[in-house]
Order: sequence, then structure tokens, then C-alpha cells
Amino acid sequence: MRIVIAEDSVLLRAGLIKLLETSGFEVAAAVGEADGLLAAVAEHRPDAAIVDVRMPPGFTDEGVRAALVLRKEHPEVSVLLLSQYVEERYAADLLATNTSGVGYLLKDRVADVSGFLDALRRVAAGGTALDPEVVSQLLLRRNSDPLERLTPREREVLALMAEGRSNSGIAAALVVSESAIAKHINNIFAKLDLPHAEGDHRRVLAVLRFLDGDST
Amino acid sequence: MVSSSAARRGLTHAPWSRATWRDSVFVASGVPLQLAGWAAVTLPWLVWAASEVTIILLWLALPVVGVALLARPLAAAHRERCWAVLGVDVPPLPRDKDASPWDVLRDLRSRELWRLIRYHLVVGPLIAVAGLAMVASWLMGVALTTVGLYAWALPADSPLSLVGHAVRVGLLTGAGVVVLVATPFLAAGVARWDVAAVRSLLGPDVTQELRKRVEDLAEKRAEVVDAADLERRRIERDLHDGVQQRLVSMAMNLGLARETLKDLPPEALQVIVEAHEESKEILTDLRNFIRGLHPAVLEDRGLDAALSGIAARVPLPVRLEVDVARRASSTVEAVAYFVVSEALTNVVKHANATSVDVAVLRRGDVLRVTITDDGRGGASFEAGTGLRGLARRVNSVDGTFRITSPRGGPTTITVELPCAL
Repeated sequence: MRIVIAEDSVLLRAGLIKLLETSGFEVAAAVGEADGLLAAVAEHRPDAAIVDVRMPPGFTDEGVRAALVLRKEHPEVSVLLLSQYVEERYAADLLATNTSGVGYLLKDRVADVSGFLDALRRVAAGGTALDPEVVSQLLLRRNSDPLERLTPREREVLALMAEGRSNSGIAAALVVSESAIAKHINNIFAKLDLPHAEGDHRRVLAVLRFLDGDST
Repeated sequence: MVSSSAARRGLTHAPWSRATWRDSVFVASGVPLQLAGWAAVTLPWLVWAASEVTIILLWLALPVVGVALLARPLAAAHRERCWAVLGVDVPPLPRDKDASPWDVLRDLRSRELWRLIRYHLVVGPLIAVAGLAMVASWLMGVALTTVGLYAWALPADSPLSLVGHAVRVGLLTGAGVVVLVATPFLAAGVARWDVAAVRSLLGPDVTQELRKRVEDLAEKRAEVVDAADLERRRIERDLHDGVQQRLVSMAMNLGLARETLKDLPPEALQVIVEAHEESKEILTDLRNFIRGLHPAVLEDRGLDAALSGIAARVPLPVRLEVDVARRASSTVEAVAYFVVSEALTNVVKHANATSVDVAVLRRGDVLRVTITDDGRGGASFEAGTGLRGLARRVNSVDGTFRITSPRGGPTTITVELPCAL
């Protein structure tokens, strides 16, 4: 799997390269700013790009903006955004157009090596990976009245769904059976007035689209 | 006592005393300046009577030129005279130094210029008349007292010759002495009048000075507050781009070690595991600390985005309403953010509440922040709940801070922040 990295911290860039290469990924290019990222992606056509949110010159949300351009110009390239802090507003921007092949994680998650690599693989394969902290922000945001109809357990399930986990992943996390999870999910869809859909990805898409459509 | 102080007064105003000469020189030196000021305004009209209708406009404008060119330099000369002769310091007008004469034309409507004109045109000429009277009084006094000295030189048939008119000469000499004794009082009076007039009309207006000073101080304080805010953002950046990156890198290496070095002795692996967990906790603490300092998202996306971020982090349902059509300055936004953040921390820690309402509304030039919780109330400045720090920070931008918190609740904090600078 070929990856392009955009990260301005030299230390972290080197660390990520080492981590990915020891784990069987191929790092096609590693750059230090947003413009370089767009050029590197155009040149190397990677499966996924790992993008830092804060980058030169402004050190604000260059990464988010670059990711948005990337998704428009190279929709086939998945984007995993890494940030020192997560903000639901950035997530909403990122997910507004398309929720496949997108990830948004706290940089801290890199420390959990296997979890991070799982998320990267999921995103590169066209799935979704959202930081639990973003998910809780998305779920708690205002105007989300329909969510108040959910039971605490259903909210937990929805949060795990939004992170991009499968039924079995959710069942394992909550230590219940898969059939119980399936029942919860059906309840959630019913309470949120969502049509039935198949597969992890479409389900996440539906949930996020619901959350997102609410904010505008 | 009374007689001695009267005697002293008599001595200070004796014709030969230093005070008398100072006052007299002061008054006399004022006369040409005062007349010049008056002439500057009126002379063009006196020496040239315009007849042609087209020229009349020019004729009317001439005094303006006189004012433009001379009002300020003459005022400066008067102030200089006060300082040089009496040691009375009248501060210059605020714009005196770098004002070109043409600026005067521009600010013909300013109160300041009209105060100058009032002196040059009305008060000055009156003082000049009094000054001339004083000069005349001195001359007459001297002439009369000394009449005996030159009376002998006059022809015998003069009405003042000593021969045959000794009584008349004696009376005139006496009158001269009276005039000489009285003139110092006239000089002192005119001098005092002039000084008062120069101070009030040619010096800076006290009210205006105070207003200006208040403006200056407000501006300086705003600079200090902005500087503190800027510093907070600088620290936030440094932590994000320095310490945090290195910590992430370290945690990642520990994580990699933990996953790959499975064949280590269990004790060694345990050390790595603990270090890894510890580093992740430090990262979480650091992230929360930085967000409390100054959230980067506040700068990028404004209050709405930053506040929904904190609302989501509070372990209570928070109803958040943000209606800010025009963004306030970054300092005001930072204060509003800090208010909500601290207030929510307080609610979580002390209020025992089940829900919180936060509203941030901009109405005109005021940003109003209200935080209401349904907790137990009884919050006060004394309880050490950080309310004092909140009020201080609100005060630093001239905001108002109100709290109502009856025992049993609910508690409402209302903060109003002015957005216009």
C-alpha cells in the first residue's frame, strides 16, 4: 500500500516513515507543507495520504484545506488527517462532500500503533476512521434533538459506528453478541428515520450525513 | 498680625519691589503682542476697504489668513512671556508642535482655535488697553513726582514754575507719589488678569485634556490586553509545534517498541508499557491545557466552532446558541471563550446541575454571553470558584459581569462585551 505523508515536524515525519515501513507500507513521498502534498499526490498517485492539519505557512488549518482540495482533485486517494486537537467543525468540513476514504484522528492515536495502522488500512480501503473524540462532539452538538430519543446503549453503538467499526467490532467493544448489536442498529435507524442500508460504509455515511445535514 | 501682613503686602507692592517690576514688565511686554493679535485679524479690513463685489469675498477671507498664520505663533509667544517673566508655565496646545499654519485653516471649526481667537480679538485688546493705562500711569507718576526737579528750569511765567507756584508744585508732587504707590496694584491686577486669560484661552482645555488622557489610557490598556492575548497564542503555538510533536513522536516509538519487542523479559516490557501509557496521559493533559489557553479553532473558525468544541467536552447536556453575524476582535473572542469555558468548568465542579444553557449573541456592538445552569446556586465571589478571575478578565476589555445565584439555583452569569473599539 503506497502512502504520501505531509507533516511539517521532521521528527514525527521520520517516525511515521519508520512506523509505516516496518509495518509493510510503502512511503512514496514525505513532504513538509500543503503545496508539496498536492504535487506529491499528483506525481505518485498513492492509495492514501496522511496529512497534518497544522502546517506552514500559517500553522492553522492548512491541512484541512489541502485535504479538501485533494478530495476534489483526486477522489480516488484516501485522506487520513492527523491533528494535535480535533474539532467537529473540521470534521464536518471534511465529511460534507463525501464520507468514503476519510479519516480524522488525534495525533496521539499514532502512539497506539496497531489501532493507528488499522485505521489507516480502513481509510485506504475506502472506509472511515473518526477519532472517538470527534464522534462524541458530533453526537453532543446542538440541534441534535432526534438523538435524544436514543437510549444510552444505542448512543454508544452509534458512536462506535461513526468511528467506522463493523458489527463484530462493536460487539467486541461492548462485550455483547452481534445479533444484539444488529438489533440496536435497526432501532437507531428507525429512531433517526434512516432507510435500511447494507455494509459498514453506507451505514457510517448515512449516520454522518444525518449529523451533518443537521448543522446547515 | 493684621497690620504686619498688610505691611508686607504694602512692601511687595512697593513701587521699587521686584514683584512690581516683574508684573509691570509682564504687562507692558504683553501690549505689543495683544495689539498684534488684534491687528492680525482686523488690520486687513482697516487698511483696505474693498469695493468691488468680487473682491469682497477675498476681503472677508483675509482675516482668516491672519488667523491661520498668526494665531498659534502669537499664542506661543504669550505662553513664552508667562514663563520668561513670571515663571508661570502654561502647557502648549496639543497640536502646537507639528501643526502647519494650513492645519489651522482646516480646523477653523475646532473649539481650540476659537479660544485663541477669543483671546486675540476680545480679551487681549482689553488687557492691552489696561496695560497701556498702566504704562501711562507709571509715566504720569514719575512725571508728577519729579515735577519739583525741573520746575526751576521752566520759564518764570509757566504755571508750574517754582516761583510763585510752590503750593501747586507741592500738590502735584504729592499726587505723583499717590499715583506711584497705586500703580503697582494696577500692574499686579492686570498681570493676574492676563495670566488667567492666557491660561484659560491659550493653554490646553482641562476637560479636553482629561478626555484625551482617558482615551490614551484606554488605548494603552487595550494594547496591554492584546499583548497578553498574543502571548497566550504564542505559547499555544510553541507547545503545539514543539513539546507536543516531540511527545507524540516519543509515544509512537514507545508504542512501536511495545508492539515489536515481544521477546523482551516481562519486566522490561512492563517498563515500556508503563512509559507508553504515561506518555499518552501526558499528551491528553497537554492537549486539554493548550485548549484552555487558547484554542486554535477559535482563530480559524470563530466562537461558534470553538464553543461547540467545549460544549461537547462537558459531561452534561449543554444547549448552545451562538448568533454572531460579525466576528468580534480576537481579544474579545478570547474573553468570551474563556468566560464560557470557565463557567462550564465551575458548573461541573460546583453546581451539581443536570443541564446548562449557553447563549452568545451579538447585538450591535455588544457581545452578550449568558450561561444558565439548573444547579444548586449559591455561587459567590468569596467561594473561590474562579469567578473573580472571570470578572477581572471581562473588566480588562470594559465588559460587564453579572451573576445571580440564589441558594437552590438557578445560577445565571451574564457578561456583556463591547465590540467597538
